[in-house]
Amino acid sequence: MQIKTMAEYFANGETPEVLFWVGCAGSFDQRAQKITRAFAAILDKAGIPFAILGKEEGCTGDPARRAGNEFLFQMMAYSNIQLLNNYGVKSIVTACPHCFNTFRNEYPQLGGTYEVVHHATYLQQLIDGGRIKMKEGGTFKGKKITYHDSCYLGRANGIYEAPRQVLETLDAELVEMKRCKSKGLCCGAGGAQMFKEEEKGNTRVNFARGHEAVATDASVIAANCPFCMTMLTDGVKEAGKEEEVKVLDIAEMIEQNMQ
Amino acid sequence: MQIVYQLLFLTALGVAVWLFTRRALGIRRNILLGRNVELNDRPAERWKNLLLLAFGQKKMFRNPLVAVLHFFVYAGFIIINIEILEIMIDGLAGTHRIFAPVLGRLYLVLIGCFEILAVLVAVSCAIFLVRRNILKLKRFISKDLDGWPRSDANYILLTEIVLMLLFLTMNAADQALQARGAEHYITTGDFWVTSQFAPLFSGLSDSALIAVERGAWWLHILGVLAFLNYLPFSKHLHIILAFPNAYYTDLRPKGKMENMPAIQQEVLYAMQPELAANAPVSDTVPKFGAKDVQDLTWKNLLDAYACTECGRCSAACPATQTGKALSPRLIMMKTRDRLEEVGRNIRQHGSATTDNKSLLRDHITEEELRACTTCNACVEECPVSINPLHIILQMRRHLVMEESSAPQEWNMMFSNIENNMAPWKFSPDDRDAWIQ
Ligand code: SF4
Ligand code: SF4
Repeated sequence: MQIKTMAEYFANGETPEVLFWVGCAGSFDQRAQKITRAFAAILDKAGIPFAILGKEEGCTGDPARRAGNEFLFQMMAYSNIQLLNNYGVKSIVTACPHCFNTFRNEYPQLGGTYEVVHHATYLQQLIDGGRIKMKEGGTFKGKKITYHDSCYLGRANGIYEAPRQVLETLDAELVEMKRCKSKGLCCGAGGAQMFKEEEKGNTRVNFARGHEAVATDASVIAANCPFCMTMLTDGVKEAGKEEEVKVLDIAEMIEQNMQ
Repeated sequence: MQIVYQLLFLTALGVAVWLFTRRALGIRRNILLGRNVELNDRPAERWKNLLLLAFGQKKMFRNPLVAVLHFFVYAGFIIINIEILEIMIDGLAGTHRIFAPVLGRLYLVLIGCFEILAVLVAVSCAIFLVRRNILKLKRFISKDLDGWPRSDANYILLTEIVLMLLFLTMNAADQALQARGAEHYITTGDFWVTSQFAPLFSGLSDSALIAVERGAWWLHILGVLAFLNYLPFSKHLHIILAFPNAYYTDLRPKGKMENMPAIQQEVLYAMQPELAANAPVSDTVPKFGAKDVQDLTWKNLLDAYACTECGRCSAACPATQTGKALSPRLIMMKTRDRLEEVGRNIRQHGSATTDNKSLLRDHITEEELRACTTCNACVEECPVSINPLHIILQMRRHLVMEESSAPQEWNMMFSNIENNMAPWKFSPDDRDAWIQ
């Protein structure tokens, strides 16, 4: 797969249809890299001219801001916005709901206004527009799948239906957890928790969520966020179900079943 | 004799209104200690929130059964207070049921409806008491409510039941007196509910019956006036503040954090020093984040007074659920406690901060603030549009930017972002290493 950077497009005087913002987790976390590759493969197969920023991309600043370090957030925002504006970027897709939220809600006030979509919505649009075609009777046909709402796609931005519609194309049986949609339980990673030990308590948030997900009897837990991915994978492991229950990103699931 | 009662009534009413106004102004002053934010945009959406969330109690209907009971108490209590208008006029003018002759048959319908509502209010309050004290729902037995908050809730429910029973007793005695053709007790026809109970009083003499009727009348109105003054010291204040709170709800997407223009400027000047040269010099050192209640916004402080301590936020909070020190309900209760403390300082010493205390540490600990995942579940759940997360985030800003207080791992995350443009210690050159 040939993946071009924004700089390459720019040098040739071309503009891609969309910028794929990979995000820090998608770039460096080994598990999340698989999601990144899967999503890039989808874009490639669907014939969408897309670019990445590659080495020029920097953290959006989300964890710094939520931890309280506004100064660092503003620095990151400033340099990312300068970069994006210099390339004349108009539309962005990302597989990370934290990056999505920052672009959508927090950069415009700082001079960075883009049309940004999270990959759940993007996939739904590609499916609806016929640019992605699914195989008949794919890997997930008839399997029980449960979907975990990430806080930053769900409550933070009110997107609950798009990922569910994407999952419906898999011909699987979608079962909901006790707490879902606007009542969904956090995976425990947001608000910069990902980057520190949890405070002391009687259990971990991801263990609680892992148990809840396992209790649905689903064989796949679908996620839409690299942080949820890490947290849920650990949670399922703690519940002793790592053999039976797989945690997969919706992009990975689509990629496996595309024509 | 009548004139004495009229004077007594006037005095009671005057004292009650004066005390209430004084306290209300004190609360208003406390709320205005907060930092200013403009929350007047998009009035159409704001009115819609007011109607749906406060009048319509939309969020309560996430649990329909409780919502219906709560609706009886709320609507019943408000509507029955129309009856208070008549009581006021009668009390001041020395008349009795002044609206009866004016309204004719309609009067009977109105009182009938009030009586049915009174019964519904009393029954609902009784069910709520059972839920709190016998069924012991988890969010009500939580240690968040130990002490005053728990008794506060029970006092409110008991008072409402007593007030409703007094109202019904008054009407029942009135009906019996009407039947006997007692002087002063005009005939209205049968009240829907209490006419059934009038025979209970048949053993009483006329004067005893009048004593019961007058006693219930006085206790009812004095109870209402006392309750009015209890409100602003109690979580029950939400019956008033839920309205402005719904109107001033933050309309931005929940994921959006408040921007800090002061820091934005600073970063801009650091990146483009040529701009800094022409910048106006400011002589005030800006404060970053919130350490005490004055650093929060007035909406945060309004939130604190509007919180009804129901605990729906904490019941949904992942941190509370997993036994962390954080409970969003307590964040609101502690903010209110501190604000009251500051208010007392102002009253006694004319200055807010004579006690060398602050919201941070004296009330809310770092551990609590650190446990929040910013998941917005608390914000989503709150039936009166309170945002505990906003307070937490502002206090985190104070910790990190004013005190450089962060867990070691966060400091590492910060320096990684600064040096490697990612929260982990990877080289930016490997950012595209995922491409095979
Ligand atoms: S935003 Fe924070 S306080 Fe509110 S529910 Fe989530 S973790 Fe709890
Ligand atoms: S903040 Fe809202 S949900 Fe939480 S206790 Fe107060 S009123 Fe209830």
